[in-house]
Amino acid sequence: MAELPEIFRVMAYVGGIMAFVGLNAAFLVWMERKVAGHIQRRIGPKEVGPFGILQSLADGIKLMSKQLVVPAKADPILYRVAPALTMITAVMVFVVIPFGPALVARDINIGLLLIFAIASVNVLALLIGGWGSNNKYSVISATRAVSQNVAYEVPMLITVVTMVMIVGSMNLNEIVGQQGNLLQWYIFPWNGSILLPVAFVIFFICSLAETNRAPFDLGEAESELVAGFHTEYGGMGFGLFFLGEYGHVFVGCALASILFLGGWQCPFGWMPGVHWMMIKTYLLIFVVMWIRWTYPRTTLYGLLNLSWKVMVPFSLAVLLVTAAMLKVF
Amino acid sequence: MTNLPKDLKQLRQDDHPPVVHFAVLDKLLNLGRANSLWPMTFGLACCAIEMMATGASRFDLDRFGAGVFRPAPKQSDVMIVAGTISRKMAPAIVTLYEQMPHPKWVIAMGNCAISGGPFVFDGQYGIVEGADRIIPVDVYIPGCPPRPEALIEGLLKLEEQLTGSRRFPRVDPEAAP
Repeated sequence: MAELPEIFRVMAYVGGIMAFVGLNAAFLVWMERKVAGHIQRRIGPKEVGPFGILQSLADGIKLMSKQLVVPAKADPILYRVAPALTMITAVMVFVVIPFGPALVARDINIGLLLIFAIASVNVLALLIGGWGSNNKYSVISATRAVSQNVAYEVPMLITVVTMVMIVGSMNLNEIVGQQGNLLQWYIFPWNGSILLPVAFVIFFICSLAETNRAPFDLGEAESELVAGFHTEYGGMGFGLFFLGEYGHVFVGCALASILFLGGWQCPFGWMPGVHWMMIKTYLLIFVVMWIRWTYPRTTLYGLLNLSWKVMVPFSLAVLLVTAAMLKVF
Repeated sequence: MTNLPKDLKQLRQDDHPPVVHFAVLDKLLNLGRANSLWPMTFGLACCAIEMMATGASRFDLDRFGAGVFRPAPKQSDVMIVAGTISRKMAPAIVTLYEQMPHPKWVIAMGNCAISGGPFVFDGQYGIVEGADRIIPVDVYIPGCPPRPEALIEGLLKLEEQLTGSRRFPRVDPEAAP
């Protein structure tokens, strides 16, 4: 698209990314309900369209046609801004994700940093959503979400620093480019540091906690906090929170596959492209759902202890060992 | 405590009727609504056990898109009044019903929610005799408690009210083997 004016490129990517985020969320809602059903020995949605694939469409129509209710004592501005902010961060993060060798909206050299900078704003959206709806359960849930996100950002970023030390670049396309075949994937211990598998596990657990997925979904603990920070949101406000959440889940899994599993590269060296990126990312998303419907929810103290007492020391150990190995070999 | 109406007259169903109707759009919206009736996670007595069984593996309410039990009234479409309504619980039920955004529906599940069931006798003072005394009800499911199949039939009945057509062919009890 080099010969087209810049504005067309921008418009094409804005449209493409918005469409992708929406379709991805619709697909993931259906997939989540199917996976949940089969794990619980049910079938899941099957009546709406073939295999229930149109279920998300029906849900979308219903959510959009619900009455809009703003609670009388809610903060009128913050209450309306919060769902949009979740959605905006989810869409913005997609700008630097390389789906294929040339299929990236902005191929910039600080892509990795940009993703974490924007994705952190999502916590702010949850906080002002909980605060703005003026509901005690929402506020408790929002503070929980913030403490959880702050706790898990630390080990996640230390792991990412380790990866940047090995790769020597923050450009996501370059990181993918160095992992040409299966043996060069950064999940394997012979590619720079013997603790790379540990780094992958830490990164994956932290991305689960960052996106508020079970077993770390303390923000939405139904048994204690009604529905968490979106208790007061009905209709499409609630729908936007979920669109945003599924967008962030996709980004977390895409980042794990870019950093450790070779992104759009083929494991065997044939035909690298978008399909490999999609296969790896959706497999990781399946693992996320599998974990969600298998394990019960942790307690808040258990969650924070896991971060500060286990994840942080282990990620620091990974960082030190990697630094030593890079210096020696 | 709320003042319970003395007469058995059905309350108004929809207090915000739309000003303008569009035939095709209404059909589309009703089709979408009928296929994603999210119930509220809310049970009062033993009928709630049957409601849980309906959501679980053998009966699987999620087949019809109605398996998403939402904990918050703002996010739910159907209130399944499952069980005996005591006079102390009645104000909470009315509050929950009023917190649900339109369009919303109510299913009265079981004999207690229909008319008070076995608790109706001279001089009883603690039970509200039927959910329709306090909130408008769309579908009544008899039984004590109704079987999960009956609850599914009740949801299909609600879908029939919305879309005007039945999802599965009706089976005549006489003709069934």
